Amino acid sequence: MNHPVRFAAFVTFGAGILALFCWAVFGLDRFGEYTGAYGIFFNSMTVPLRHATNVSTAINFDFRGFDTIGEEYILFSSVCGTTMLLRSMEIEEEAGGETPDSAVRQVSEPTDAIRLAGLALAALLVMFGTYVILHGHLTPGGGFQGGVIVGSSALVAYLTTGYTAFAKISPIELMEVGEALGAGAFVAIGMSGLILGGSFLYNFLPLGTTSQFASAGTITLINDFVGLEVASGFAIVFHEFIVQTLRRSR
Amino acid sequence: MTQALLVIVFLMVGVSGTAVVLTRDPRRQAVMLSIYGLILTTFFLILQAPDVAFSELTIGATVLPLMLLVAVVKAERYRR
Repeated sequence: MNHPVRFAAFVTFGAGILALFCWAVFGLDRFGEYTGAYGIFFNSMTVPLRHATNVSTAINFDFRGFDTIGEEYILFSSVCGTTMLLRSMEIEEEAGGETPDSAVRQVSEPTDAIRLAGLALAALLVMFGTYVILHGHLTPGGGFQGGVIVGSSALVAYLTTGYTAFAKISPIELMEVGEALGAGAFVAIGMSGLILGGSFLYNFLPLGTTSQFASAGTITLINDFVGLEVASGFAIVFHEFIVQTLRRSR
Repeated sequence: MTQALLVIVFLMVGVSGTAVVLTRDPRRQAVMLSIYGLILTTFFLILQAPDVAFSELTIGATVLPLMLLVAVVKAERYRR
């Protein structure tokens, strides 16, 4: 398609989408005046029903936990896909006689000050991310958010000190186990609910006292396993991408 | 007060989103995307959605631009 035709098509369909979008937006509730039934229900009933003070986490891992399994496996399969694609490229390049270009690439060595600051920051990120994961049922955050923070600590280590420290912080074999364990545990807990309580993802653990660390039953447990899965998944993806940038392509 | 804050952040989201689209060099675009993610994080926080703000900060403002940068670097070297 040549340029004028493409532009005409864009204007026509863009105008149509804009009109539909405006129509939809003006049909919404007025800004700040929510009238849906579910939001009001979950806001008032989550604490009495599940003893979890973070309503989003309770919805994600309990009320609509089945949806979250879908999301979790989207991440799982994209990590698997990325790994498979990038590793097969690696093998092809090796067959073609390619060498890692870490020696070839003109990158200046980081100074000691940057190394120290980077490692300190990485340690802080691991601690903060773990905190966000473990308190997912009480305060904002949870397995997904905390997991990404923990995973990105490995990236900070790579950017400031290089590949060796990165590989030490996130050993790839352990990360693969963590990824599989986290993804499998979610379904296993769901199946336990089916056996013990009669429905998939039934909250079969004692709910404990609201706002205590050990409370909210299976929500906390699933949240922690999701944290493990996400942290490992992101560390694996970072690892594969970094190995890629270290290689010279044809 | 809150109303004014909302209007300002709404405008900032609009402007930075447009800026991402109008930036043509992929490297600069990745950095611009990160800034856009940061503004969107503020936006979610002001709308009292700290959970979403957290996700946007980690994925939108850090991981996504980094992945893009790595992919751009790889693609540029592949072309050479």
